[in-house]
Amino acid sequence: MLSVKELNVFYGGIHALRGVDLEVNEGEIVTIIGSNGAGKSSLLNSISGMVKYSGNIELKGHTLPKQPHKVVKDGIVQVPEGRIVFANLTVHENLKMGAYLRNDAKGIKEDFDRVYNLFPRLKERENQIAGTLSGGEQQMLVMGRGLMSSPDLIMLDEPSLGLAPMLINTIFDIIKEIKDMGKTILLVEQNAFKALSVADRAYVLEQGVITASGSAAELLADDTIQEAYLGKKK
Amino acid sequence: MYFDWYYIEGILILVGVNLMVVLGLSLLTGFTGLFSFGHAGFMLIGAYVSAICSMNFNMPFVLAMIMGALAAMAVAAFIGTFTLNLKGDYFCIATLGFGESMRLIFDNLDYFGGSRGLPGIPMKTTFPVVIIVCVIAIVLMTCLIKSRHGRNMIAIREEELASQAIGINVFKYKMISFVISAAFAAIGGVLYAHYLGYLQPLMFQLTKSTELTIMVIFGGLGSIGGSVVGAFVLTFIPELFRAFSTWRLVIYGAVVVLIMATRPQGLMGGYEFTDFFRWIKRKITGKKYETPALLKEEGEQS
Repeated sequence: MLSVKELNVFYGGIHALRGVDLEVNEGEIVTIIGSNGAGKSSLLNSISGMVKYSGNIELKGHTLPKQPHKVVKDGIVQVPEGRIVFANLTVHENLKMGAYLRNDAKGIKEDFDRVYNLFPRLKERENQIAGTLSGGEQQMLVMGRGLMSSPDLIMLDEPSLGLAPMLINTIFDIIKEIKDMGKTILLVEQNAFKALSVADRAYVLEQGVITASGSAAELLADDTIQEAYLGKKK
Repeated sequence: MYFDWYYIEGILILVGVNLMVVLGLSLLTGFTGLFSFGHAGFMLIGAYVSAICSMNFNMPFVLAMIMGALAAMAVAAFIGTFTLNLKGDYFCIATLGFGESMRLIFDNLDYFGGSRGLPGIPMKTTFPVVIIVCVIAIVLMTCLIKSRHGRNMIAIREEELASQAIGINVFKYKMISFVISAAFAAIGGVLYAHYLGYLQPLMFQLTKSTELTIMVIFGGLGSIGGSVVGAFVLTFIPELFRAFSTWRLVIYGAVVVLIMATRPQGLMGGYEFTDFFRWIKRKITGKKYETPALLKEEGEQS
């Protein structure tokens, strides 16, 4: 579905991504794990057109445009890191903003129901101002807003960042549910254990280079991965 | 009290001139969230281009006004292409540089009179003209802000990254905002040129740009009513206290500091006069809060 080939990103003199190749197939959860500064977010940002890159990114056989708003139109939505909500709008209005590019009133209504089903907590707080939500609720809200654009591929950037362990479990359960809705998910996470336990496949990114890839179960069992990212000693 | 209508009229015309520029700046700063310290530059372009149009090409006033606005829009589009991708402070500095360089360029162009100035501009800016232009401008600006385009700009001001993530063409809307804002500033310049009958690049120094930005912030960011109040109050105060000679600017400064210290969101603080009337109505009828028009269901696309 999504195929990234020979992706290079430079920030001035820094070579942040060095020839990254990546495949995402329809209906799977693919996760990218790696430490701080490995280039995980840069990878997502270049797919969504927010960073200049060289290389080829194709969605269903078509080269992806390089402007963010066109990428959203093509069916890829990024849920940015750090729970960026429209703080002065209500929960409902925030979700509505997600459907910005859509014209089908009926489909939007269905997606509202779907999102509220997925996040009952948001339904409870429908008319609350988004800035007053807790961190976990805001994370749910940005994910819901992403879903409102009815994307084929949803890219989640660090959904567990700064959340309480209980909430992290909830968020990951929801990620699985989003997959069951038929969406494809590209997940970037520092919490490697959690990410690998929900994902189908995974890539390991180190200093801009993919150093390992394979099924999530394989990587979870891999000794070097366990040592580097899962905190287990040999 | 001594009352001279001619004098008051003159100040009101200056209020109108400032109001035009402040309205434009309000769109850019108050509604799109981009700070500019170079709007005197657009005023200057509008003023000079229209002055040349009416003096050397004998164009009617309206046409000269349009030419001035178009020139400023073209320059804004050009400058914007390179600077609108800059973040926050950097954009601000770029506009500051633009404003000053415009002044220096016109200082050295003999065709526009250079630093000696450009005399003999037909004095066509009368009080009714200013009133008509300002009313049209306020109505147009209100319509723009309440339209889908205006809401896109507000979304960008609120959260640029999120706007991008939901598919708003951020660069395009910043550009629209910048260009329209330049056009308003230019029309302010046109009125100014045809009121004074004489132009000199020194009139459009950095202090002028700063003064305009102060008016926007003083009135309240994100409020058209605030821009009107800001332009009124801050144009009138230095004039009212003219009798105190040098002290009047101290009073001006004191008023600005006082307001900013006690009401940092500006006099109107993002509210419009209509919100105020609604509030009064609510007090009288005892009805509950209704959603401001901006947030209502009109956002529904069909």
